[in-house]
Amino acid sequence: MRERQKLLEVKDLQTTFFTDSGEIPAVDHVDFYVREGEVLGIVGESGCGKSVTSLSIMQLVPNPPGKITGGEILFENQDLLKKTEKEMREIRGNDVAMIFQEPMTSLNPLFTIGNQIAEAISLHKKNWSKKQIKDRAIEMLRLVGLPRAEELMKEYPHQLSGGMRQRVMIAMALVCDPKVLIADEPTTALDVTIQAQILKLMRELNERMNTAILLITHDLGVVAETCERVVVMYAGQVIEEAPTQEIFENPCHPYTRGLIQSVPDMRDKKERLYSIPGNVPKPGSIKKGCRFAARCESAFSRCWEETPELYRNSDVHQTRCFLYDEQEGVTNRDEQATAKS
Amino acid sequence: MSKPLLKVEGLKKYFPIRKGLIGKTVGHVKAIDDISFYVNEGETLGIVGESGCGKSTTGRTIMRLLEPTEGVVEFEGRDLNSMSANEVRKVRRDIQMVFQDPYASLNPRHTIGKILEEPLIVHGVSNAKERREKVVEFLKIVGLSEYHAKRYPHQFSGGQRQRIGIARALMTNPKLIIADEPVSALDVSIQAQVLNLMQDLQKEFNLTYIFIAHDLGVVRHISNRVAVMYLGKIVEITESEELYANPLHPYTQALLSAVPVPDPNYKKEQIIIEGDMPSPANPPSGCAFHTRCPFKMDVCTKITPVLAEESTGHSVACHLYTQEGNDDIDRKKQLEGSV
Repeated sequence: MRERQKLLEVKDLQTTFFTDSGEIPAVDHVDFYVREGEVLGIVGESGCGKSVTSLSIMQLVPNPPGKITGGEILFENQDLLKKTEKEMREIRGNDVAMIFQEPMTSLNPLFTIGNQIAEAISLHKKNWSKKQIKDRAIEMLRLVGLPRAEELMKEYPHQLSGGMRQRVMIAMALVCDPKVLIADEPTTALDVTIQAQILKLMRELNERMNTAILLITHDLGVVAETCERVVVMYAGQVIEEAPTQEIFENPCHPYTRGLIQSVPDMRDKKERLYSIPGNVPKPGSIKKGCRFAARCESAFSRCWEETPELYRNSDVHQTRCFLYDEQEGVTNRDEQATAKS
Repeated sequence: MSKPLLKVEGLKKYFPIRKGLIGKTVGHVKAIDDISFYVNEGETLGIVGESGCGKSTTGRTIMRLLEPTEGVVEFEGRDLNSMSANEVRKVRRDIQMVFQDPYASLNPRHTIGKILEEPLIVHGVSNAKERREKVVEFLKIVGLSEYHAKRYPHQFSGGQRQRIGIARALMTNPKLIIADEPVSALDVSIQAQVLNLMQDLQKEFNLTYIFIAHDLGVVRHISNRVAVMYLGKIVEITESEELYANPLHPYTQALLSAVPVPDPNYKKEQIIIEGDMPSPANPPSGCAFHTRCPFKMDVCTKITPVLAEESTGHSVACHLYTQEGNDDIDRKKQLEGSV
């Protein structure tokens, strides 16, 4: 099999919000990449910086107060951060498209569905005729599985259900055959049966059109069902990265382990759920040491003093935890393991 | 054998649809349409369903926060719906509610101490010192500290606010707590904390819960019995183990298979039902689920199936299990046979 090229690469990204109460590093030295045709999941709880990361890629972070203060975002080896706003506008929608959580608020209530899709097409295909644009719009609505596509073109967003609106958003994002689709919590506002429909649609589009997908979610179940690889974020940092299989079978970071254990499993009833003590720290509130130390069962003295890096467990697995630092050696990890059992 | 603490029979709640200048009623949204169930003392009944199925309306109608259109709600053998407003207020001491949105259900201008004290004042605890002691006691029970009483809701995180919401519900020593999506606004790690707290409290105070939620994993974890609702009706109700191991209604089967399981090795047969839930203002004829059901028969569009016991303690409303439905299947087989 041919080694798949890295399509989108985020390197050392820093996005900071400058507020009255000080600088808040929402995204703090984040690295990851998405390969051609791959589905990458970014998972984390509220406030971990996953949404700001995705907005940073599109350069849609509200400025002020937010600003990308460092790093590179490489798309096909070109740094998006060095592009002018005009060049960015060409890339958005054409090469990299995005769908948002709220299908209710991301469509304009005053325009028909047809109007809004046509606008997205005409921005990028300037020399297309009206007929061509309309045909393409109808084709896209059919592609995402919407019935009566032609009538839908004349309808307004309020006439559609939540699931249908999200399908329209996906149709709109895909009109120019983007190479990467960023989906920020695309199914969070939807009911489970509708969520299953949308996830199936996204999997099909990924297979059929080879669109790479960056799926941002808080739901580990969604990750397990859709993603090939997972990046786990906590308090603005990437804390673990591995293929999906590996993350669920061999989660290394204590936070990842805790997160997986706290999900009530539908197949098997546990007497008591595992719960991670404490709360997610406010971004920027922890200046020293590991950001998870206060909630961590395995924390030892070094965790409070130094900030861990991402250590390699294997070719494909990285963890930001001193337990996996070669320097610490295997002894410490074993002690931890015995202490816990 | 525990006895039913709450018994709901033939409960209906219709919201009128008004149109025109004089507000003539042109139709009804049947938010809940003839539902019956019971809750035993000390158990947890989970109510699951998708948005618009009437699960929240059910909770509110039991509390009489919404006036029911018809039906009987019997709490400890007394019918709540025939009581006067004054009597209901007294009973509410025993039935408390925990709401979904911990951001909207606490008054931002009151301190936590005042919020927690309020139910005691309403229910006639006149000694101020006694009230304050009780506030501190319950703050500690839900895992907060005494100094939190002086703070305001905005100073707390979502999980802490939900703890406060639970403490407020506990202040009057209730017997039944109706929890409407109590953990759906919380992050996974915090959700687990709140669920564990609710289970601990249930044991400690011998509480009975009606747990309303859309998350099937959460409902399975906390419930003894589960009712599945679709478009204002209960379509299936049984023990939680039984429901997840042996779902009978096609909607329950689809719902269970639609939940993403956090295990990439778990391969399940996914039944994806097409389309959306129809509008409750204009529900389909016969069985309300027939528009999306993979096993639709002729009889489903004509006759509404009633909730009937299929095996001990397992009731389902579906023609696959009724006489009419079986007749229909037989007829079809005959037709196929003759061709």
